[in-house]
Amino acid sequence: MKRVEGLPKLTGTMQFVDDLPLEGALWGGTVRSPCPRGRIRGIRFGSGVDWSEFVVVDHRDIPGKNVVRLIEDDQPVLAAGRVMHLHEPVILLAHPSRTELRRALRHVEVLIDPEPPVLDFGLPPERAQIQFGEDNVLKHLLTRKGDVEEALAQAPVLVEGVYETGAQEHLYLEPQGMVAWEEEGVVVVSGSMQCPYYVSAALQYALARTDDQVRVVQTPTGGGFGGKEEFPSGLAVHAALLAMKARRPVKLIYDRTEDLAVTTKRHPSRVRHRTGLDKGGRLLAQDVDVVLDGGAYVTLSPVVLSRALIHAAGPYSCENVRIEARAVLTNSPPFGAFRGFGAPQTQFAVERHMERIAAELGMDPVELRRRNLIREGESTATGQVIRDGADRVAVLDRAMEMAGFAERRKEYEAFNRAHDDKKRGIGLACFFHGAGFTGSGEVHLDSVVHVAGLPDGTVEVRASTVEMGQGALTIFTQLASDALNCAPERVRIAPADTGLVPDSGPTVASRTSMIVGRLVEEACRDLVGRLNESEGPRGISDVCGAIRDWHEANPSQELLGTARYRKPPNVEWDEESYRGDAYGAYAWGTYVADVEVDLRTFATRVRDFVAVQEIGKVLNETLARGQIQGGVVQAVGWALSEECKWRDGAMENAQLTNYVVPTAKDVPPIRVEFLEAPYPYGAKGAKGIGELPFDGPAPAVANAVANAVDCETNEIPITPERLLEWVLKP
Amino acid sequence: MIHVDFTLNGDDATVAVEPSERLLDTLRDRLGLTGTKEGCGEGECGACTVLIDGLPANACLVPTYQVRGRAVETIESVPASELGALHEKGATQCGACTPGVVMTALWIRRNADVLSTHPPRDLMAGNLCRCTGYDGIIEGLEAWVQEGQGEAGGDGGAP
Amino acid sequence: MSVLLPESLPDALEILSSEPDAVPVAGGTDLFVHWPDRLDDHGRTFLDLSGIDGLRGYHWEDDRLVMGSLTTFWDIIRDPTALADLPLLVAAARQVGAIQIQTRGTWAGNIMNASPAADGVAVLMAYDATVTFSSMGGQEEIPLSELYTGYKVLQKPPDSLLTSITVPRRDYRFQVFEKVGGRAAQAITKVGMAVTRRGEEWRVVANSVAPAVCRCHRVEAFLSEERPVSGPADLLAPLREDVSPIDDIRSTARYRETVLSRLLYFGLRDECPSFS
Repeated sequence: MKRVEGLPKLTGTMQFVDDLPLEGALWGGTVRSPCPRGRIRGIRFGSGVDWSEFVVVDHRDIPGKNVVRLIEDDQPVLAAGRVMHLHEPVILLAHPSRTELRRALRHVEVLIDPEPPVLDFGLPPERAQIQFGEDNVLKHLLTRKGDVEEALAQAPVLVEGVYETGAQEHLYLEPQGMVAWEEEGVVVVSGSMQCPYYVSAALQYALARTDDQVRVVQTPTGGGFGGKEEFPSGLAVHAALLAMKARRPVKLIYDRTEDLAVTTKRHPSRVRHRTGLDKGGRLLAQDVDVVLDGGAYVTLSPVVLSRALIHAAGPYSCENVRIEARAVLTNSPPFGAFRGFGAPQTQFAVERHMERIAAELGMDPVELRRRNLIREGESTATGQVIRDGADRVAVLDRAMEMAGFAERRKEYEAFNRAHDDKKRGIGLACFFHGAGFTGSGEVHLDSVVHVAGLPDGTVEVRASTVEMGQGALTIFTQLASDALNCAPERVRIAPADTGLVPDSGPTVASRTSMIVGRLVEEACRDLVGRLNESEGPRGISDVCGAIRDWHEANPSQELLGTARYRKPPNVEWDEESYRGDAYGAYAWGTYVADVEVDLRTFATRVRDFVAVQEIGKVLNETLARGQIQGGVVQAVGWALSEECKWRDGAMENAQLTNYVVPTAKDVPPIRVEFLEAPYPYGAKGAKGIGELPFDGPAPAVANAVANAVDCETNEIPITPERLLEWVLKP
Repeated sequence: MIHVDFTLNGDDATVAVEPSERLLDTLRDRLGLTGTKEGCGEGECGACTVLIDGLPANACLVPTYQVRGRAVETIESVPASELGALHEKGATQCGACTPGVVMTALWIRRNADVLSTHPPRDLMAGNLCRCTGYDGIIEGLEAWVQEGQGEAGGDGGAP
Repeated sequence: MSVLLPESLPDALEILSSEPDAVPVAGGTDLFVHWPDRLDDHGRTFLDLSGIDGLRGYHWEDDRLVMGSLTTFWDIIRDPTALADLPLLVAAARQVGAIQIQTRGTWAGNIMNASPAADGVAVLMAYDATVTFSSMGGQEEIPLSELYTGYKVLQKPPDSLLTSITVPRRDYRFQVFEKVGGRAAQAITKVGMAVTRRGEEWRVVANSVAPAVCRCHRVEAFLSEERPVSGPADLLAPLREDVSPIDDIRSTARYRETVLSRLLYFGLRDECPSFS
């Protein structure tokens, strides 16, 4: 099935939030902290601006709690009394003219008495820098399997390493934006977002309103990647506050520079491995220490940390594992959700570490993976026994075959002997990704989907899980039309409007097809069941006709199929010990990067890329392929060129010309192949794939570069400036 | 205000604009043609690509007064019925970069001889996309150009 | 903001003589970056050149190319004679931004914007281009290599407009242009070079390593003297006399200097017998 909303997107008729005509709307803007930490001494409104023309909002205008509702109640909607990071929102302004607003924003000064900020998450904080608990640790997690210390002591081979990854900006092509207005006592916020019900909860909390007093409507979202998971909550409250005070609609749209500078980024990480092996390369002990930079507020760091921990030992079996993970506070804008959500960071580390191990053992890196990949019946780091029928070795073998790995390796050895101005290399990474929320997360989400049979015989799927380019609208349409055996043209997907749809959970964690899609199927079956009830049990060959008949027989009534999430059986997770079945399903991948390093400039060019993964079931070939290719290129950018240059804890290079993402010319065609081992509790057997492709490319590329130039590549991004230092070793 | 007479999507048009007005804002705000998107305001992302005298340009960098006497084409001039090849190949995902992509692709399709000196990925390098990884776009472009072969070729320049 | 829209060159020059601070606008691809934020610039007076037919077009003479100041990068990219006779112009133009910039950006704008990273300037300078400034007082032709005397400081005659660029057509035995950016397209040059050799005369031009695009006279002399070079490090001494790269948001002094020496070494290795 082709993308159902493809043509409106191709013709430009699909309206994003900034395209919506809004009669009489004001433009909103944000005044921010000029310092990374300190006490607010005062606000100075400059002369030369007629402030009577402006709507001005500060923390005193917040009717409810001055908190952006997420996990902890620590992040204010607007700073009151103190600031914790550069660019922290302090004052909001609105004006009919966007130009006048821009001018006025320059004339508000936030006066700060600075305090010593923490700007390096690798250093233990000094006493005067403690801002959270005793030690600035926002969250701490630990999991243990077997006896790591004993096993390390006994291991014939011991390999250690430290690996670092940098922050990353999502760079959705549509910047963040919200519009807000009040309508018959209801505050309505509409905009670019991944999680309408998160936004609704945030509005209720800050505005002291109940759920029938707020309404959230997602507009077509021009890319999210996690960047529109939690950040929109604060932005929505800002827009609402302005609209309520102005008693007029307000448009709050970030321009690119502001978006780059102030929004969430991927958590930077530092991971230390101590690994014990036997001489044949079998893993005996994995001791992993993970530190993430959380930024100034807790936001979602505990959950990112969780996923980082669970994936930190890689897709391997090992009897003795210890993983300890911490997220620490720094006076940076908070780091947040970004595709992969901690797993790319720790799998970069473990896959670079596997290369180091292979080098130390003088072993073929492919064979090392083959020896250690989890087999059916073996268990993960958290003790989850894998029995999913997926052939992880077949994934590895297929990737090697497609990439011509062994042949290229030999060929490049010869090439590199013959050339001194360029070098070629090839590298692999094996990885996995658990889909859905961790442990009992899905149970707590308690997702619901409705499928309504409408009087004209059409069907409307109602879910709060949104389309952001990943293909949710198409997948839901496909699943519903299959489940109902009706033409796709008779299926529509309701707008993600909290006034119309139940909470099917946030559009995150690669859960949309696998979990919510499954609920769509179940709700369809429930709908058919209700038709059967009234018609008497029989096979329904014409669901649409049966729906029309039902409505004739039941005028002015609602025909609704519903489904609520049920935990699959035999999935047990212990939050205390952080052990057990972390996810219902894992997808498995092996990626191969083939690179050429220009030794004049130390620039790396990816010449070929192979992406093989086992994903349960391919629901839509074009969409699935598109997810993989997009994720790969985004991760290649993270590995090679995307760098946040920090000043006072925030991004100094907040201009698109200075934040380097790949263009079409920077990447080769991404060659994709799927294997399938159906997951019984995912829609049609599908596992989640949205984030999977982010876990493999960075280590594959880093391993390829290391192979090309024979040096360690333990930090990303591997910019030419950095690679020059590693290769030339001053 | 400056009066600017030009052709817009084949029709005569006239607008009165501020000297400091960008073509992007004239199209979106004054003329209600919101198909052209603002992605960066610095000529990096290409989401605002329009054709001026048949050549791709970033509307965020064009002062509107400069299109006086010129032919401007926007995404609104491209009917859905012509976009099947791009649709088929997965050239769009979230849609934010898409109108800009289509306009650059349209220029290539009309002037396919430019492919004899420029690989497709070079020509599309001014249109950033974060969703597709570019394969869907390039495959779509190639299919669209293929489909268009046999129609009038061009000199890569003005119509 | 106000904008003046002359339709002829004499009109434009007259405007300049009475409003010397008017900012000439050609393609706008430098001037309008981040435009909504540049509130202070909104109050300036702009002199739009796009209506002046006399500045359009370019033509070939036996011994030179003469480009009017509205000539775009794309105009030259498409010209087969340019590809044959002045290939560095085409090579540089193809690497400026991306197609949307190339169709609007002008060689003259590149020169007048005076960025030390300007790729167009680098190759023009390597070809010994001259620029012609016109004013009500007459015309003056200045070698491009003498135009810049500091960061964004140009030796432009007062109240004048750059009206044409002249590029000699010569036989070169060797020529190369290298641009190093953060990615393969849409990149501002971090370090670049343009090198030509005619007989024993070298032109070595570097960009992004000094306050302006500059000729590397010491390196040129070094090459003419055919000194032995066994690796990039041997080029550092003359280079350091010609360039002074800095750390900035895009790159570092060390990277720029090291990579420039490597571009020179590997680029010239096959051409120069004294290189090993």
